[in-house]
Amino acid sequence: MAPRAGLWFLAAALLATLIVLPHVLSYSQKEVLVFLVINVLLVASYRLMTLTGEWSLIHVVLMGVGAYTSALLSKKGVGLPVPASMLLGALTAGVVAAILSFPLFRMKGFYFLIGSFAAGEVIRLIWKRFTDPFGGPKGLKLIPQFPDLDLGFLEVSFYAPVPYYYLCLVVVSVSLVILYRIEHCRIGLTFHAVHWQDRLAESVGIDTFRYRMLAFVIASFFAGLAGALYGHYVGTVNPTRFDVDEMIYVLIWAIVGGTATFYGPILGVVALTLINEIALRALGIDQMRPMIYGAILIASILFLPQGLESLVPKLRRRLRSWRHAHGAARLPAG
Amino acid sequence: MTDLVLQTMVNAVYAASYMSLIAVGLVLIFGVMGVINFAHGELYMAGAYTVYALYSQAGTPFFIAVAAGLLFVGLLGLVMEYGLFRPLRDNPLGGLIASIGFLLILQTAAVLGFGVRMVHIRPPTQDLIHLTDGVVLPVQRLYVIIAAIALLAALHQFLRRTRFGWALRACAQDREAAALQGMSLDRISRLAMFIGAALAGVAGALTAPLVAPTPYMGHSVIVTAFIIIIVGGIGSLEGAVLAAVLYAIVHTFVTTFYDGVLADIVGLLLMLLVLVVKPTGLFGARERA
Repeated sequence: MAPRAGLWFLAAALLATLIVLPHVLSYSQKEVLVFLVINVLLVASYRLMTLTGEWSLIHVVLMGVGAYTSALLSKKGVGLPVPASMLLGALTAGVVAAILSFPLFRMKGFYFLIGSFAAGEVIRLIWKRFTDPFGGPKGLKLIPQFPDLDLGFLEVSFYAPVPYYYLCLVVVSVSLVILYRIEHCRIGLTFHAVHWQDRLAESVGIDTFRYRMLAFVIASFFAGLAGALYGHYVGTVNPTRFDVDEMIYVLIWAIVGGTATFYGPILGVVALTLINEIALRALGIDQMRPMIYGAILIASILFLPQGLESLVPKLRRRLRSWRHAHGAARLPAG
Repeated sequence: MTDLVLQTMVNAVYAASYMSLIAVGLVLIFGVMGVINFAHGELYMAGAYTVYALYSQAGTPFFIAVAAGLLFVGLLGLVMEYGLFRPLRDNPLGGLIASIGFLLILQTAAVLGFGVRMVHIRPPTQDLIHLTDGVVLPVQRLYVIIAAIALLAALHQFLRRTRFGWALRACAQDREAAALQGMSLDRISRLAMFIGAALAGVAGALTAPLVAPTPYMGHSVIVTAFIIIIVGGIGSLEGAVLAAVLYAIVHTFVTTFYDGVLADIVGLLLMLLVLVVKPTGLFGARERA
């Protein structure tokens, strides 16, 4: 009973922190917080993809597909309401992933990595090349904001970071619950089977191609949703925002955090964002950011190959033995 | 029109020569170590900046700066082998990821040392060779072509004629069997990494006056190199050279007659096509396990 209670306590504390947090931060830190929440969705959806054993380099481009689609659909001309265009943006990212599955899943491992990279670059270069409708290298500007909410007694403008943060928090939390449920139902278990025992899985009648495709499509849907959330907040998207450098950061978050558990990549993105904001920005060495990220990446692959998540059970064990020792020490005294 | 076509052909030969230097290095590293070196474009960039530092800033003669670039980037390769790829030998994905980390470090080092903006290097020679009335070949480009042919020929001889070369090829075919025959994997890996990196470095050093280096130039280089090694068949050195020629022709012609971005798209689609239809590449015979 006790560990269960501890978990509930932890969850309640986390929720309280997440709700209070933006009110104690500066304006620019509030903005960073919005991006952090969006990035959590990005990296968590990337992990679903890695469950089937394939590491792609197209995830950020598919985030861009969501952002571009939602921006185009909500701008003048089409003029859909933003919530609808966001959903359609995410769906489009999923559809693009479904189409790309046919060429890409003929490959595995390294070939898939490079193939997904090439496909992503093609999409990105199309945005760059075709000024109409994608805006060329400068991208799209003046993307409509999320509409204000008017409940009669309460008016919320999502232009400011704090309300938008709460909006993202709700959307991302719901998405994380869905991702978590998918992983722990039969489909998710099949993903694991496809990764570790693909021949065996095939021999019992599992169509591994379809499950790889399913993981890719679901992951891309949520990447697209993250992209839509990003685009309508920032108000502008361009091809450079979704290039391979950004993909490298997603990769770093996932690897530094570890991908064996659901919370690993989230741990990674939170830890690295904290390092980035607290250490780098405060020290004023923003320019050295890529170098420090690179060094962290190398250090973690060399010395902590299972990621930060592998520290959690160790910490828990340490805590338990500490509590044990304490309890034992107290007994004779009492 | 014929002049334009001929001129484009000449440009394609130049492009093919430095692209094959880069791609052959990448294939050599992959063949022996089983690792895709994502930092290969940054090794090229390091070669270019060596020339900038020594030739433009310190005033050393151009060819000594190029030789220094070759040596320096070769040593960077040794650092990568010793620090990254050797500890991660049993983990090919780990090696790839570590090389991404190294890429970021090199990129930032270039930004800190030389600034974000592109630097211009005065070519050691501005002479032009007039092949016909309308077709010119800058002597600087001729240097690149000659150097590429000489270096690739030397590498070919080295791999076919020397004991080290034999050992290296044996390692590329089957690492465990080679180790069982008493070949030192450490030594062979070091050698492959030095040669592979040095080839990228010398390509960067030679082309530095022609391209105006920036810290981020490695990005387009690695994309090009990936296209070439996939089209050529990922384990094949000859395939890499042939694919470099093929890709250079396609890319140069599309750039000249349409535009550069479209040329990149065509190149990437070519690579996707090869990946889908014949993943072993146009000239590759076998697929590595």
